[in-house]
Amino acid sequence: MENEKRTCLYDKHVALGAQMSPFGGFVMPIQYKGIVEEHNAVRHGCGVFDVSHMGEVSVTGADAEKFVNHIFTNDVTAGPVGKCFYGMMLNPDGGVVDDLLVYKRDDDDFFLVINASNIEKDVAWIRSCADGYDVMVDNMSDCLGELAVQGPAAEEVMTGVLGLDCARLSFYTFMTLDIDGESVIVSRTGYTGEDGFEIYASPGMVNHMWDKLIESGKVEPCGLGCRDTLRFEVGLPLYGNELGDDISPLEAGLGIFVKLDKDEFIGKDAVMKLKEDGLRRKLVGIELLDRAIPRHGYEVLNVDGEPVGVVTTGYHAISVDKSVALALVDVAYSAIDTPLEVRIRRKTFPAKVVKKKFFKKSYKN
Amino acid sequence: MSKIYYSPSHEYIRVEGTSGFVGITDYAQKQLGNVVYVDLPEVDDDVAAGEDFGAIESVKAASDLISPVTGKVEEVNEALVDEPGLINKDPMENWIIKVTIDDPAELDDLLDEAAYAGLCH
Repeated sequence: MENEKRTCLYDKHVALGAQMSPFGGFVMPIQYKGIVEEHNAVRHGCGVFDVSHMGEVSVTGADAEKFVNHIFTNDVTAGPVGKCFYGMMLNPDGGVVDDLLVYKRDDDDFFLVINASNIEKDVAWIRSCADGYDVMVDNMSDCLGELAVQGPAAEEVMTGVLGLDCARLSFYTFMTLDIDGESVIVSRTGYTGEDGFEIYASPGMVNHMWDKLIESGKVEPCGLGCRDTLRFEVGLPLYGNELGDDISPLEAGLGIFVKLDKDEFIGKDAVMKLKEDGLRRKLVGIELLDRAIPRHGYEVLNVDGEPVGVVTTGYHAISVDKSVALALVDVAYSAIDTPLEVRIRRKTFPAKVVKKKFFKKSYKN
Repeated sequence: MSKIYYSPSHEYIRVEGTSGFVGITDYAQKQLGNVVYVDLPEVDDDVAAGEDFGAIESVKAASDLISPVTGKVEEVNEALVDEPGLINKDPMENWIIKVTIDDPAELDDLLDEAAYAGLCH
């Protein structure tokens, strides 16, 4: 793990006894006490994640709004300053370069949050698209840390432990606070299906807040292990699993974040064409009748044993106690209750198509 | 009097007479974390030293179970079907399969407790 970057909280993770593992070019905590304990802390109380590996890019300038709308599938003109937008950057073929959050700080000032594993690719892509636009593209990833405070008790923790009044933030909005002379972004967002907040600040500030949260005893430190089980259960996609250069957002079921009524954006023509021609593959939920676990990359078969798709993520889901998976399958096999099989090692296990959301999200509005 | 041998892939075999109880070590269960599924072989299946006879799955990953010896499955621990987490509670008590040992000389290729402990540090 010598080649991986460390986040500003690396020493804290090691001191807490975390199991550390490479992820997206960083060495990250996978778990502290255990994935199940941490998962349940977020579903029922509050957990904090070091997500400083995520990348941040600032896009500023007179053409910033026009430019962001050019590279992004959602429509940032459709909401006011202070709003967060989820969407994707597409390549001209309509595949996904990355999925990201865009923070509208002003009409000429946008803040993009991208996946750790894609930072270099994304920054190069964004810059390559900027010709002819009056914009500045700054990669802030190395100077910002990020914490995610997640769970039904998150608001209480933000107020009581960090002294940040977040009650006025509605879902998918943010505020910029001045804390000790530093500009800190706090949004009501997350990747767990629970209420929660994400905080972007300097490494020093992130360390200070992390210590306060852990010392309070009210917040469980949570690793990337449960971040994945939590996002999976509520059907949120992970780039590299449900999304990729060769997967359309329509296939991934993310069409509502692709605003085809916009005049133009990169990939629009390809998406329109796919929509006209009809999808050939679709992301579905699959439930196994057995406890065996369908993992990423396992083959999905029809009842005649012919390959019809592949598992993108699978677990024995903690909150629902079932073996379930997300899978990209031939559209002919995508209807709810379609019987399928999953090849797990030497055996095949019967399964059926179910809804992608295995567990209900509980956001606050 | 039983004797316990260990493999570098973190299985143990507790030998009793011409049979042995095979499971995973305490070190292995700690590394895996919460065990959620054990893919068991069937009684009378043949197993071969160094080859997988099943798999054990934690929340985050699947790992092959490697047989320390060549032989035949005499029993499988059915309790693990409904309660795979028993392995986290006591991996030595909660063995996975009982096998016949075709060739006791294969045990010499395994590690004793001291040698295995050395491997885990």
